[in-house]
Amino acid sequence: MLIALRKIMPVLSFLALLLVWQALAAFLNSNNLPTPLVVGKVLWQGCLNGQIPYHLGVTLLRLIVSFSIAMLLGCGLGILLGRNKKLDSFFDNWLVIFLNIPALVTIILCYVWFGLTEVAAILAVVINKLPNVIVTIREGARALDQDLLEMARSYRFGRKKTLLNVVWPQLYPYIMGATRTGLALVWKIILVVELLGRSNGVGFQLYSFFQLFDVASLLAYTIAFVGIIQLLELMVLKPLDARAQRWRR
Amino acid sequence: MIAINIKSKIYPAKGRAGQHLAIADFKLAINANEFVCLVGSSGCGKTTLLNIIADLDRDYDGEIKVGQLQTQPKIGYVFQNPRLLPWRTVRENIELAIEDYASSENIDALLDVMQLTQFQHVYPERLSVGMSRRVAIIRAFAINSDVLLMDEPFVSLDESTARQVRSLLISLWQQRPHTVLFVTHDLREAITLADRIVFVSSAPMQVVREIKVSIARHERDNEQLIEAFRQQLLHDQPELK
Repeated sequence: MLIALRKIMPVLSFLALLLVWQALAAFLNSNNLPTPLVVGKVLWQGCLNGQIPYHLGVTLLRLIVSFSIAMLLGCGLGILLGRNKKLDSFFDNWLVIFLNIPALVTIILCYVWFGLTEVAAILAVVINKLPNVIVTIREGARALDQDLLEMARSYRFGRKKTLLNVVWPQLYPYIMGATRTGLALVWKIILVVELLGRSNGVGFQLYSFFQLFDVASLLAYTIAFVGIIQLLELMVLKPLDARAQRWRR
Repeated sequence: MIAINIKSKIYPAKGRAGQHLAIADFKLAINANEFVCLVGSSGCGKTTLLNIIADLDRDYDGEIKVGQLQTQPKIGYVFQNPRLLPWRTVRENIELAIEDYASSENIDALLDVMQLTQFQHVYPERLSVGMSRRVAIIRAFAINSDVLLMDEPFVSLDESTARQVRSLLISLWQQRPHTVLFVTHDLREAITLADRIVFVSSAPMQVVREIKVSIARHERDNEQLIEAFRQQLLHDQPELK
């Protein structure tokens, strides 16, 4: 009984949210808060006429490209700084500065310096995300177990074998952490990037709806996008996590 | 065989502590397939010596020769804590250590001697302390090493477990003779295991005395005999206390 309840709990809570929304919309009876049904219809039509899949696809592509670049660069630099004290103390200030530059400033600067181009958009996202990844991975690299590294050396594991079998599993939780926080950060930044300087993507669409006060479309796009991100979490991140943690008690 | 000749090993000054001469004029030769126990107080530099032999520490003045080898010797190192990769099973931990060596040992036989066959696909976190030590010992034997270094591998085990693992170690060693340098601060353990015991001083570490253990191998599980040998030793050499 209890287990069954726990299983349907997420569904129940979701339904409750819909109910609250419906009640509030009915009570206000305003275009500024359409009912779930109206939003659902807009979502459905948007999917049928291809608008939502197109803009969602464009945004997702930007997300994947900029996220991959930031993660790859960030992992490399993070390991480097975590293992090299001199480099770390030199670049530490840079990191603090870049961590604290507002996302909006980097986006505007990139567009000013490189024009309203795709490269500028991707670059702006990467610059925003990179310091976060570096800091997280650096912590992981600092916390590497010296005993295991010594073991690897005495059994002559070699560089590649050590990296794959000793270093990578220890960094994994940090990489997953950077991925999770990164995904959440990156997709929010991408919307701003698109709003400011692109002519497609979810961010661009949201801006158009804002100008038209089209709240129903605004919510429809938001739901579609959040849904995709949730799907990514469920289908990709969770299974990866479970696989990597299977040795834990 | 292995010939150790360390003129000096100095730890540089750090913070308030000045520089520290850990090892000085240390000479020791171990014959092929001889089981030597190095006995000294805690912190006297025994682990430092093992790290130097294992090529983990190159900052010393002296020379280590292993056999007639021109190539780098194979060293099996059993650390004070087992140092198994927690994300690899027992078997994978052993396989990882041996896969680069030409002679891929028969892991099954080793697991059998150490009574771990049924645990070979288990992750280290699910093993008891004694079992983890046994896996670490298998790993060191599996690579068919030129020298086996053991750094107080039974130090945190309760006595009955330690006794069990010791006897397993000896049966493994008798089946597959190896040159062993075993570090301990427990004289009883040294008498139980060694062909020869080397006593060392601390700060700096030097060889003080060497003693052959005259008790026959098959009588080593007789604790009274071990204790009598120990008493006699301490009586004859009171400075070893």
